[in-house]
Amino acid sequence: MHLIVVGLSHKTAPVEIRERLAVPESRLGEALTRLCSYPGVKEGVLLSTCNRVEVYSVVDDIEAGYGRIQEFLADAHLSLSSEQLTPHLYWHTGDRAIGHLFRVAASLDSMIIGESQILGQLKGAFEVALAHKTTGVIMNKVVKKAISVAKRVRTETKISEMAVSVSYAAVELAKKIFSNLHEKTVLLVGAGEMAKLAARHLIAHGVGHVRITTRTPQHAVELAAKFGGTAVPFDQFKDDMASADIVLVSTGAAHYLVGAEDVHRAVRERMNRPMFLIDISVPRNIDPAVRHVDNAFLFDIDDLKHRVEQNRAERVQEAEKAEKMVLEEVTTMLDWMKSLEVTPTIVALRTHVDDLKRAEVNKVLARLPHLSSQDRELVEGLASSIVNKLIHRTMVTLKTEVNSSSGPAFVEAARRFFALDQQPAPTQSIKTCTEPPRYQAKGSAESGVEDADPETSTHKQAR
Amino acid sequence: MVAACFMITLVLYTVATVSFLSYSLRRSEALSQVSLGLTAVGFAAHTFVLGARMFAASSSAPPSFPEALSFFAWMIILVLLVVEFRHQIHVLGSFMVPLAVVSLVLAAALPETEPTLQPVLKTLWFHVTLSMLGAVGFTVAFVAGVMYLIQDRLLKSKQFNVLYSKLPALDFLDHLNQQSIVLGFPLLTLGIVTGAISAQIARGSYVSWNPEQTWALVTWLFYFIVLLGRLTVGWRAKRAAYLTVIGFACVVLTLVGVVLKGHGVLS
Repeated sequence: MHLIVVGLSHKTAPVEIRERLAVPESRLGEALTRLCSYPGVKEGVLLSTCNRVEVYSVVDDIEAGYGRIQEFLADAHLSLSSEQLTPHLYWHTGDRAIGHLFRVAASLDSMIIGESQILGQLKGAFEVALAHKTTGVIMNKVVKKAISVAKRVRTETKISEMAVSVSYAAVELAKKIFSNLHEKTVLLVGAGEMAKLAARHLIAHGVGHVRITTRTPQHAVELAAKFGGTAVPFDQFKDDMASADIVLVSTGAAHYLVGAEDVHRAVRERMNRPMFLIDISVPRNIDPAVRHVDNAFLFDIDDLKHRVEQNRAERVQEAEKAEKMVLEEVTTMLDWMKSLEVTPTIVALRTHVDDLKRAEVNKVLARLPHLSSQDRELVEGLASSIVNKLIHRTMVTLKTEVNSSSGPAFVEAARRFFALDQQPAPTQSIKTCTEPPRYQAKGSAESGVEDADPETSTHKQAR
Repeated sequence: MVAACFMITLVLYTVATVSFLSYSLRRSEALSQVSLGLTAVGFAAHTFVLGARMFAASSSAPPSFPEALSFFAWMIILVLLVVEFRHQIHVLGSFMVPLAVVSLVLAAALPETEPTLQPVLKTLWFHVTLSMLGAVGFTVAFVAGVMYLIQDRLLKSKQFNVLYSKLPALDFLDHLNQQSIVLGFPLLTLGIVTGAISAQIARGSYVSWNPEQTWALVTWLFYFIVLLGRLTVGWRAKRAAYLTVIGFACVVLTLVGVVLKGHGVLS
């Protein structure tokens, strides 16, 4: 049993490749079922986002498994040959695979470090895999752990606190003007993609009312229905501005739609309650002179971008803390995986029952000092035979299920039934991750062999 | 014992001031708890000092001006701790604790003076306490106003620095400003009324137009207009912030008037 990840991401493949490889959500299940039908592939989770396509899998043999997954990826896309694909693929096994998954989940490998979408996407991918029963003991545990690591990183570092997208920066600024967005109204003037995204962020942060105006009245009505807001006729929006706490402008107009006088009037009508104006249109639609109006706060696209740049720099610092956490968590994960190996479990079980037997036999023999040595042997034989019969089925099952997909489940069960983890498990040399995992695009056979080396692979001894 | 506790209070508040100020200028959040802890311990010592004075025999004697200042500082810290407890706005300490330190230093530096209005002890107690509570309200409004103006300036000039990230939202500060005036104004009104009654009993006239009384009435009128403007014609946000800063100057001048009167310079 080996954990392996094969995939490509924004770091190794251009968008032309990524978009061709991406698996739409509706076809994830089908793809997973196909993946697990390959011989030697026991478990699988397929993570497909706009920035990465990765297959996390548990396979019998690393090299064969890598080949299969590569085949699987290329097969899904007839337009993409194996030769075109391979140079962009990277693959990791054992501790490095775990580390990679943790970093991905914690958004340390994302294009925008600390963005929160990836965790939802991972959860989604995991749910699909669960629904199609393509995960087993190992994947379940590893993915769940990845999700909890991501949550830990988010709560213990400030990595996700600072806005790093323009649309989100608008929310951050809004919160410095309004402490509570619930009672606030946002007016959307024009509906570019970025404005819609910003509006969605604002709604997610509690903005109560949405008013929308676009040049095409029908469009405004449709959007209003979508956002649960009201449509405002385009020629009247300036009169309506006073009712808006936040004004989000993004139209294709080539001139200023909103002048300083309009804003001045709106602020006066609002009895000087502050107003937050965001202009994400290029060319700008709000006259920059609005900056000089008291209690009106105007930010254009460059201001927002500037804020984002600052935050990115801070996130990189926080990411360093997060990397340390990931390393810690990988170590605990490895300890668990080590416990799933069959051979040490059999050894531990044997030792466990032998210890029990010896203790009980010694106790009885101490009470029966008159027994002859022949009788003593008999008693010992009796004890051995009972103990052996008791564990016989367990031993046989463990040995026969070694290579089946339910093997780890049996190992886990045996360890729990016999409470094997309460005593020190037999020591084994497992190389743990002591340095940040190196990720390189793997196309060459050498690097593949290096990963398959028994020293770095976690489960070689089990087989 | 009481004097030692007073010194401990002063030292703790001073250290807390330094700690709060460096908290506001550095990105790390670590100092906030240290600063708050220092303030809280200082507050406990301060409470002991005030409690001891209250019980120490001469509770029948009217409060002296230094004692009133000490009470003022105590209330400032109390308000800080309450707001902190409810809203966790650590940066507030950087503005409030220094004010408490200043008034405590003055309390220590100014000589204990016998109040001029000796015979009317009860009303004088009310007068001093209520006026000081009113002053606390206006001081908090002033602090909220200053914080508002800073945050307004930072937002307008797009300087997203450490202070920007630590200062609370503008409308919170505006709300704090309003609440403080709404609470402070009736207290000051009652303070002035009880002061006038004391004067009437002691001297036979309600108003004698000494600097204290003049400035107190100017202050009262000023905040009356500020409050009225806010409720009717929307004097809020930046304008309210500016007005409360000016109003605070009136409060300070009134207190200066009290000191001068106590020294008999202008009585």
